[in-house]
Amino acid sequence: MELQAVLMAAGGGSRMMDLTYNTPKPLLPVGNRPLIWYPLNLLERVGFEEVIVITTKEVQKALSTDQRLKTDVKLRLDVVCIQEEADMGTADALRHIQQKIKTDILVVSCDLITDVALHEVVDLFRAHSATLSILMSKVHEFTETVPGQKGKKKAGEQRDFVGVDVTGKRLLFMANEADLDEGLVLRKSIMRKHPRMLIKTGLLDGHLYCLKRSVVDFLVHNKCVTSIRGELVPYLVRKQFSKSLNSQNATEDSEKNQKQQDAHHNLELLSTSKDEALLQLARERSCWNDHRGDMSEAYHGGKLRCYVHIMEEGMCYRVNTLAAYIEANRVVPKLFEDPPIHPAAVVSERSLVGSDSIIGPLCQISDKTSIKRSNVGTSTTIKEKVKITNSIIMNGVTIEEGCNIQGSVICNNAVIGRGADIKYCLVGSGQHVEPEAERTNEVIVGSDQLMEI
Amino acid sequence: MHHSIIVRVKEEDVKLQEVVQAKCEGKELTKEEKQRLRKEKKQHKKNKKDDRGPPEKEKEKEKASVLAPSKPATQSPAHKAAPVPVNASASESPVAAEKPAKSKAEQRAERRARQDTERASKQGKKEGGQQSASSKPKATPNELQPVVKRLPEHIQVDDPAALKKLAKKLERQQVPLRSDYGYKVSLFSHLHQYSRKNPPTQQISIPATVIHPSIVRLGLQYSQGIIAGSNARSVALLHAFKQVIQDYSTPPNEELSRDLVNKLSPYISFLSQCRPLSASMGNAIKYIKKEISNIPSQCKEEEAKRRLQECIDSYINEKIILASEAISKYAIEKISDGDVILVYGCSSLVNHILCEAFEKQRKFRVIVVDSRPRLEGREALRRLVKKGIRCTYVLISALSYILPEVSKVFLGAHALLANGYVMSRVGTSQIALVAKAYNVPVLVCCETYKFCERVQTDSFESNELDDPDDLIVTRNGKTHLENWQTVKSLGLLNLVYDVTPPDFVDLVITDLGMIPCTSVPVVLRVKNVDQ
Repeated sequence: MELQAVLMAAGGGSRMMDLTYNTPKPLLPVGNRPLIWYPLNLLERVGFEEVIVITTKEVQKALSTDQRLKTDVKLRLDVVCIQEEADMGTADALRHIQQKIKTDILVVSCDLITDVALHEVVDLFRAHSATLSILMSKVHEFTETVPGQKGKKKAGEQRDFVGVDVTGKRLLFMANEADLDEGLVLRKSIMRKHPRMLIKTGLLDGHLYCLKRSVVDFLVHNKCVTSIRGELVPYLVRKQFSKSLNSQNATEDSEKNQKQQDAHHNLELLSTSKDEALLQLARERSCWNDHRGDMSEAYHGGKLRCYVHIMEEGMCYRVNTLAAYIEANRVVPKLFEDPPIHPAAVVSERSLVGSDSIIGPLCQISDKTSIKRSNVGTSTTIKEKVKITNSIIMNGVTIEEGCNIQGSVICNNAVIGRGADIKYCLVGSGQHVEPEAERTNEVIVGSDQLMEI
Repeated sequence: MHHSIIVRVKEEDVKLQEVVQAKCEGKELTKEEKQRLRKEKKQHKKNKKDDRGPPEKEKEKEKASVLAPSKPATQSPAHKAAPVPVNASASESPVAAEKPAKSKAEQRAERRARQDTERASKQGKKEGGQQSASSKPKATPNELQPVVKRLPEHIQVDDPAALKKLAKKLERQQVPLRSDYGYKVSLFSHLHQYSRKNPPTQQISIPATVIHPSIVRLGLQYSQGIIAGSNARSVALLHAFKQVIQDYSTPPNEELSRDLVNKLSPYISFLSQCRPLSASMGNAIKYIKKEISNIPSQCKEEEAKRRLQECIDSYINEKIILASEAISKYAIEKISDGDVILVYGCSSLVNHILCEAFEKQRKFRVIVVDSRPRLEGREALRRLVKKGIRCTYVLISALSYILPEVSKVFLGAHALLANGYVMSRVGTSQIALVAKAYNVPVLVCCETYKFCERVQTDSFESNELDDPDDLIVTRNGKTHLENWQTVKSLGLLNLVYDVTPPDFVDLVITDLGMIPCTSVPVVLRVKNVDQ
């Protein structure tokens, strides 16, 4: 087998607590499908037959009971539960399932919605025998207004600095702004080997990684690495140019480095396969080099290589903030050929449902309602004379008569009283908005939630 | 049309007479040649019996028109005339009916003729007592038709029937069909032209299940040019086959010797979709298939796999590593102190020879000639300079300017054809031509496993078209050829190989010794008899 897929669905959605305090992030409805459906669909489309899903108990229950997930997803799901309180990082999770991993792995995050041609990422991994291959995409500006946002959007979002070589495929440098104290430090060894480097900051990390099997074994030996994105990937990118790795020299004096040294060796030794001599012979006889201008052989003789595929066009969203969630809801329905109004929904003839809205199953839309540019979830009841524009209504919501909802997000099982006027608000799960309320640009959550924050 | 039929029959007569003459002279005919004789006699008798009605002529015309586009657009060289009349006669025999509607007997005869031509073309490749039954996955009945060379599919791209057959075959093997790209220059419209932007893995599932992952990786490396060069490609192919054999397990009611060969066929189709197979790869595949079919049925699976791995290792060791040692030994005798040696492109063998010679303290300097778009000479230059050899680097346009300085030319080869022609990177024949004009000796270095039974006298008939976008170059931020596809009268041609006639080559250095170019068929015959 070539690759095993691992879906990380245990994350808490810490950047959108208002949405996720009651609903786990993988189950948030986007375009009337649970968020976890999108990466599963991507994997199914390219040809995977089974996926290892690392998630919490709640999501596991939903995976086995949710209709949409059970019927639409034909993959075999191998669900591994971890405790929510354990606060495992993604690398910890990989360590947890080390026994199941027999080949190279493709790690996907549950909040990735993309239409990337996955073979582009995997081809880099295959052709260059890379240790790591990741997916990145140009960041799209979000145009929708985000409810509950006071003032301008925070411009201080931590940027990622990504350095690639001339071809745009080899990953030379990766650091987050938060990790850089004084400035961006580039090692001379990188500059000597790749004198032309492009540093990009406007990139979104897709959290899709192809990793060699030896990396998992490396993680087992190095329990200090907790997060793939935060620690493992920058470590691997740095280690491409590490002198010790290339020269295979074991003479490091300091003891502090001793353990790391063993780790390096582990990484290298584990990655050699049988018939390495033949591969070496083929490479020697081949007249190809990945760079020119200096006297070194292909890949500068380095065994560890990291590659990146940067998506220029196409859709790639990571639904980990409220703004991204809203944007995804806006864009995703256009992808599918599903009928915008689910056949199981009861929509009265005197209502007006715009062509760019979608209505989930088991909804009840009464007369004289107008729904424009909105997503309405499952089992939602909308009474008469309601106007809904530019909003996202999740499942099980009840909206009484005469309401006017604009640019808002109404979470599961909320109840909006009659005549309420809600503009650019976020109504949390299970919340009741009193009748005749007028709320603008507010986040309405339960008082107990406020305490938690 | 009628006139030409008569002419063809006459030629057929002449051929038969010659063969009969040879028999009378008492020359030793091999078993294959005797069979061929028998077939031709039968064929001849059948032709005389045939009723030449109008329906035959029509079918003749049809068959002829199908054959015509597969012939090259340029003038047909002498050797092309030979298969054509035989083809015509083969097509006549199935048309041995009175009615235009095909009768059952006629269908059967047609089918048999088709199978025989396949069989015959297979036979034509393997003279000598090799088991032909095992190597072909499809079962073929006993042949009774004359030897007919069937055109390989990779030079029949402009023939829709051949394309359809290929598509069906690939569909059956579950290998994705790679579509051609861009406008092809009309002289080469019978060849495939792929783009690197459409990799062959677009339609392959991730993870690759139908095709073994190491074969997918190999195909990608071929199509992106990461593994380039005849030796490198063969070694990488054999390495991938070793992994395939390692992961192989015999299904319950099958025999390893037959099933493994069937398993390899879709892989080979996939690889040829990524990049057309080289002659050395073809020979390696033939060797592997022979070895697999020679595994006795009572051999246990583990033992069989181990044996096959050993065979592959010994093949690489003998034919590539030791051969290059032997060739260097011979070649170093030819390098004297004070020589100025010209090399072209990056041939792994020539580089090896020069490095060895340098280690043996020969004093010489090298001129590396390079050409666009591949610019492989840069890699050769890097390797030689790293070793410490004094090098000069020129582009091929400067060839006639530096040749007066040169004392010898060393060329590598992609394949050596049965009529003594050398098939090598495009530009080699130019180098040989100009060197001949300056009376500079040209030495071709080639291992014997690259010798192939094909015959070619021009570079048009069978070649490889690389990605035309490689010719586009950006200088000072301007790319003039960016929209070349919109200009209807513009075609970009990126040829990979060309053939050099034996008159321009003075010596071929092989692991069997130093032979003249015309001795290649002798070596081939000796090699086949040995095997």
